Amino acid sequence: MKRRSFVQASMALGSFGALGSMVGCASVGRVPEKARVVVVGGGYGGATAAKYVRMLSNYQIDVTLIEPNGEFVSCPISNLVIGGSKTMADITTPYDKLSGKHGVNIVRDYVASVDPVKKTVTLASGPSIRYDKLVMSPGIDLMFNTIEGLKEANASGQILQAWKAGPETLALRKQLEAMDDGGVYAITIPEAPYRCPPGPYERASQVAHYFKQHKPKSKVLILDANQDVTSKGPLFKKFWADNYKGILEYVPQHKVVAVDAKTNTLKFDVQNDVKANVLNVLPAMRAGGIAVQSSLANVNARWCGVHYQTFESTQAKDIHVIGDSIMIAPLMPKSGHMANSHGKVTAAAIVAQLSDMPVNPAPFLSNTCYSFVNDKLVVHVASVHQYDAKDKTYKTVPGSGGVSSAPNELEGIYAWNWAQNIWADSLM
Amino acid sequence: MKTTSPHLLRLLAVTALMLGANVASHAQDKTTQLHNRATAAMCANCHGTEGRTIEGSAIPSLAGMPKDYMVLQMKAFKEGTRPATVMHQITKGLTDAQIDTIATYYAATKR
Repeated sequence: MKRRSFVQASMALGSFGALGSMVGCASVGRVPEKARVVVVGGGYGGATAAKYVRMLSNYQIDVTLIEPNGEFVSCPISNLVIGGSKTMADITTPYDKLSGKHGVNIVRDYVASVDPVKKTVTLASGPSIRYDKLVMSPGIDLMFNTIEGLKEANASGQILQAWKAGPETLALRKQLEAMDDGGVYAITIPEAPYRCPPGPYERASQVAHYFKQHKPKSKVLILDANQDVTSKGPLFKKFWADNYKGILEYVPQHKVVAVDAKTNTLKFDVQNDVKANVLNVLPAMRAGGIAVQSSLANVNARWCGVHYQTFESTQAKDIHVIGDSIMIAPLMPKSGHMANSHGKVTAAAIVAQLSDMPVNPAPFLSNTCYSFVNDKLVVHVASVHQYDAKDKTYKTVPGSGGVSSAPNELEGIYAWNWAQNIWADSLM
Repeated sequence: MKTTSPHLLRLLAVTALMLGANVASHAQDKTTQLHNRATAAMCANCHGTEGRTIEGSAIPSLAGMPKDYMVLQMKAFKEGTRPATVMHQITKGLTDAQIDTIATYYAATKR
């Protein structure tokens, strides 16, 4: 017994030594040569998939999660940081429970390439990891090059997107705080599909609420490439008319083609130029860069086609793509809640496949999305998506789902609890 | 060597069949368990992993909720007899079998 313990101890020391030389950071998991399941991306989709592969396999299947960020910063609720009623700390969750409580091996790195034939993932720092199953959850890529001048203006910190929550969230808040009363904040929205359909309208509402309280002479301008508000339209428009009249203006069918950072001007395909003090430009989006680079984005070169029952790529065997990167089924939003749902269906399918069990013939997905129209009142949209085996897609059930009847404070409480519970469900 | 008695052969055959059936039904149980657990997990986004919400949550935990009670509430949401903010819209998307699976799972889960 003693001798065996000694052997185990020295083996453990051996692998610890390897960790030191490869990564050089004690807080990061070791880089294994092989993991049965590798997950790329630790957002709502990837973190959930990693945790639920562990849980649903009764902790028998080893999982390595590759994520460049040290902490999870939530996009949902980040508009409240921009509006000033929440802080960055409120929307930040560490990854330590995913590793400590669930035994997910977390490697803090970017993925440089994926080889679907050799079934390896190569990290930006050099080493490769072999996998039996790969889950790709890289989120979205913002296509800065579709708007002339935007890439440089964003890199310089002048024209922000703040659509990937993080440093830009706080930077946009600071731009609004620094703006003189009487100024204009303009947000531009790309054509659907994009991440979080109601998100831009919630953000505009948050900024309008802030202006109403603190800078009453200032204006919010929404310039939307779409025909109309893409989500919860009647609810948003009624609230704007009742509460932000003279502060918030909504303009549809305005597609930005260029920005001039020198004069803070937006240029459109048809209409006249628009100048504003704070510009928040959301370019068109596509699947996260590593998915595009790995040839998984096989729909219009933007989104990743998947077999919806298992979320296995239509392009590569044993690679599952989830979250905002996928080509959506009808009426399926690109949302954090939906990504969490994808993560669970995928985790169950992977556990079944790796255990020689049949995959669930009838999975379903749910989505609930709350939008704050000020610091307390909320409207939601909810949907249920059942897998249709005949048509091999998800369909919303007729009569199910829907929106709030009106903005209300009760859902404001539920919305914040929703956020706390889904962060825990995905990461803790 | 004596030939094996027909009784013994029959006994062996029956035992082998039963063992086979046992293995098959064990595999079936494990599959059902996995699918049911994954189905119930669809509630966890709001109601917490394994039906346990974070401390201070206004959204209720489901773990340990009596099965009959939960089925009745889900059906009341579905039929519109219990008012709700979202649950009436969610339950209308679920089959009675899914409601039963979910209620059975959480009733058997420790609080």
